[in-house]
Amino acid sequence: MTQPLEMLIETPSQTGGPYVHIGCIPSFAGVEGIYPEDLGLSPIAKGARGEAITVTGSIYDGTGWAMRDAMLESWQADAAGLHPGQQGADPNVSGFCRFAADKDSGEFTLKTVKPGPVMGRDGPLMAPHISLWIVARGINIGLNTRVYFDDEDNSADPLLARIEQRHRVDTLIAKTTGVGAYRFDVRLQGEGETVFLDL
Amino acid sequence: MNDKAALMPRRREAHPVPYWPDYKTSVTRSPSLPLLSMESTPSEETGPRFGHSLIGPLDNNLIVNYTGGKAPAVGERIRVHGRVLDETGRPVPQTLVEIWQANAGGRYRHIKDTYFAPLDPNFGGCGRTLTDADGFYEFMTIRPGAYPWPNRANDWRPMHVHFSIFGHAFGQRLISQMYFEGDPLIDRCPIMATIRDRSQIERLVAPLDMQNSRAMDYLAYKFDIVLRGRRQTMFENKPEGM
Repeated sequence: MTQPLEMLIETPSQTGGPYVHIGCIPSFAGVEGIYPEDLGLSPIAKGARGEAITVTGSIYDGTGWAMRDAMLESWQADAAGLHPGQQGADPNVSGFCRFAADKDSGEFTLKTVKPGPVMGRDGPLMAPHISLWIVARGINIGLNTRVYFDDEDNSADPLLARIEQRHRVDTLIAKTTGVGAYRFDVRLQGEGETVFLDL
Repeated sequence: MNDKAALMPRRREAHPVPYWPDYKTSVTRSPSLPLLSMESTPSEETGPRFGHSLIGPLDNNLIVNYTGGKAPAVGERIRVHGRVLDETGRPVPQTLVEIWQANAGGRYRHIKDTYFAPLDPNFGGCGRTLTDADGFYEFMTIRPGAYPWPNRANDWRPMHVHFSIFGHAFGQRLISQMYFEGDPLIDRCPIMATIRDRSQIERLVAPLDMQNSRAMDYLAYKFDIVLRGRRQTMFENKPEGM
């Protein structure tokens, strides 16, 4: 016999279901008046430092259908690479945003500032990136991924470096479509499947 | 400088399988390739924090929050309460807990829900609160009804309340569902069956808690939630090789 480890086990996830918007962004779902506004409408406030950017994309299921019912959350550092709450972080960057695929087109839009490189764990700086978390009906545990940028130097990023099949690195890199505009599509399954993370 | 210890790796075997043919929507929405595993970084070890200024006085009372206290929702009055802890057993204070649910007839206030059960004009279906300094939270609500859903020919969701919990790190983010002790639909639910570990299924079933019920007013159900923990070591945060 040994001493017991006495660790608890994480509560199991369950799908957010088709009505996740009611709980997380009720006004978007048409449930008005309980809260003054939906949580996480913008990750930035007026005066946020850095380059204003827009990331647009869709989330495709295994058949290539752009999902209309997905909800996303993003979390990021400020332009200097500091996360909200860290000393010296930009007070106008909350870093957190909740947004949803459009009910008709399936397209989502994230308006923010481009984050700076972030200190990694015991290693090199991580290239600028935005963390994404995707939930929807049929997704039994939320999917984590990252948005990197095609106009940044991603060559030394420690996470991207771990992707064995180098052509899959592309699935994490948003493509420039205009000034400060990027496209980032997510494919849940099949050809071009996005790299999802277990961090 | 990173001043936070790494998150404990997620125990994937304690969670649902992503692909479960009896839950049809999961078939095309589950990644088929392995996840990329790595030790957590500051991007996962930090996360949004919310303050008391966010929370209105009725936010955690779904019985009255849709009408601003003017008229109560129809249904069996219940109190849902519990504690948010991490894997090390430490309470998670000041963290946002959000819930949403169907009304007493099993109908959601949503354009896509066309079930026969009527909407309750006095029920919106969502609420939120912050845990206190010891990780405790509570909601007043009505017991949600079970309802049929389009999956296999005759599938019914057991009575359930959806939960969204933040923790203090983006890597702790969790959405789950609370079920009710004794509901015979639990063992027939293909969504519940995505969890293959029986003991983990039981973690989602809230027991009736008579001691915390109030006579002539409400029944209580207790639902504790465990989020990922952080590794505990004095060797953390030292330069490599030391």
